Amino acid sequence: MAAVLPVESSERPVAGHARWVRLTHWILAASVLTLAFSGFEILMVHPRLYWGKTGNDLTPAILELPVSRNYRHGGWAPPVTFDRGSTPVVSAARTYDIFNQNSWGRSLHFLAAWFLLLAGLAYLAAGFLGGHVWRDLLPRPRELAPRVLWQDLAAHLRLPMRPAAGGPPYGVLQKLSYAVVVLLALPLMVVTGLAMSPAVTAAYPGLMDLFGGSQSARTIHFFAFAALMLFLLVHVAMVALSGFRRQLRAMTIGG
Amino acid sequence: MTGQSRLVLSRRQLVTGLASAGGLLVAGCSSRELPPTYGNVLRMGDLVTYRAFRTLLPAGALVREYARGDITSSPAVGTSDPADPHQGLYSAERGPLFDQLRTGAFGDWRLRVEGRVAKPREFSLAELMALPSRTQITKHTCEEGWSAIAEWRGVPLRAVLEAAGILPTARFVNFFAFDETAEGLDMIDALHPQTILAYGMNGRELPLAHGAPLRLRVETQLGYKSVKFLERIVVKDEFDDLGKIGSLQNGWAWYVGI
Repeated sequence: MAAVLPVESSERPVAGHARWVRLTHWILAASVLTLAFSGFEILMVHPRLYWGKTGNDLTPAILELPVSRNYRHGGWAPPVTFDRGSTPVVSAARTYDIFNQNSWGRSLHFLAAWFLLLAGLAYLAAGFLGGHVWRDLLPRPRELAPRVLWQDLAAHLRLPMRPAAGGPPYGVLQKLSYAVVVLLALPLMVVTGLAMSPAVTAAYPGLMDLFGGSQSARTIHFFAFAALMLFLLVHVAMVALSGFRRQLRAMTIGG
Repeated sequence: MTGQSRLVLSRRQLVTGLASAGGLLVAGCSSRELPPTYGNVLRMGDLVTYRAFRTLLPAGALVREYARGDITSSPAVGTSDPADPHQGLYSAERGPLFDQLRTGAFGDWRLRVEGRVAKPREFSLAELMALPSRTQITKHTCEEGWSAIAEWRGVPLRAVLEAAGILPTARFVNFFAFDETAEGLDMIDALHPQTILAYGMNGRELPLAHGAPLRLRVETQLGYKSVKFLERIVVKDEFDDLGKIGSLQNGWAWYVGI
């Protein structure tokens, strides 16, 4: 296995981040911040999360977030019953003028999503083909030993933190967090996002089944967002604590 | 078609798509076959999405249809009683007319179909119901974030357009309501088999809150494209932003397949 992977490649940069990593890092960073901002606006319009195919104000939510005046607004006309079967379905008109800035919120979200998608695909293509993912992001089996993980965690909790050079080689927790973000969380954001689209799911209905329905996909989209925001917080803190100026220089002008 | 010519075609489509997207990002839209961007970066993004979806997604794919047991409760939002002058979307011109028609149980209601059709004409509800009907249990996805499954019964828009003799040059179909709303579709969504003019919901006639007597159902886009309280359908060769009552000038995306 190791023989086919360019682990000991002689093309390995001396230090710092490769130029394409720096470029895609900042395009992705700007996209993620824009997506988080516009996505939160979209969440504020309907701060209720569901599990399954559908969900709305007249059906039970699994989580309601107090993030706008739309939270439990209660402005509904008395419901009219359609069907008096075992589970009656109703309709009700909304009498409350909700917060809704989705006109720009949604368009900004998808504009940023195009940049995320294109920069992300470029990153993954270069990362897998050029060896960056195998070499720098995926931990070696021996690094996953509990003792090694524990040592790395303890090193992160001691202050002042040891100054670090910008760029690989990374510690095992660094590898794991970067790998989870670029190989799992960001692709999951894109795919759960697409699983909410009526046009995309018309062509690929399996996307809905993959997550147990479009509303489940929306809920997963929210929790993956929350996880990414937690990563962002820790990431920026680590950059600040391990030599802010040097780290920033390494990810911008390089070296 | 050989593999090679298919490759050439797809490459040409790709180049055309990229060139037009690039050109549009720089210069704004001058084509009368595409929604305008007004030089607004958000509308440019909408246009890239529209072009990409039309290029990458197979046209005419059917949305999933559900079983009766999957039907859920349905909020009625985004529109108001077209006859109520205190509502924000009230039309001083058409509101009183709607009030009259509703009093007469929509017996005098007519749907006008005009523009680029060989035989501009009006349809009564009875005439629409006499055309072949389609019943579908589908998911309504609102831009706000919620969704609902309901059963819709109506006439495929395609049948109505064909009955009026839609001209081969037609590229867009615009829908005008009795309140101050209007929306437009391209021919891919207009002729889609699940795009219907619905007069029934969940086994009964369409309730007022859901757009009686007739509403559009566009299952491949978000809910706000499915215009309620239909008054008029206008077929066009060129894109029309529908002015102050269209989604574009109010800051909303025209194509919302996502």
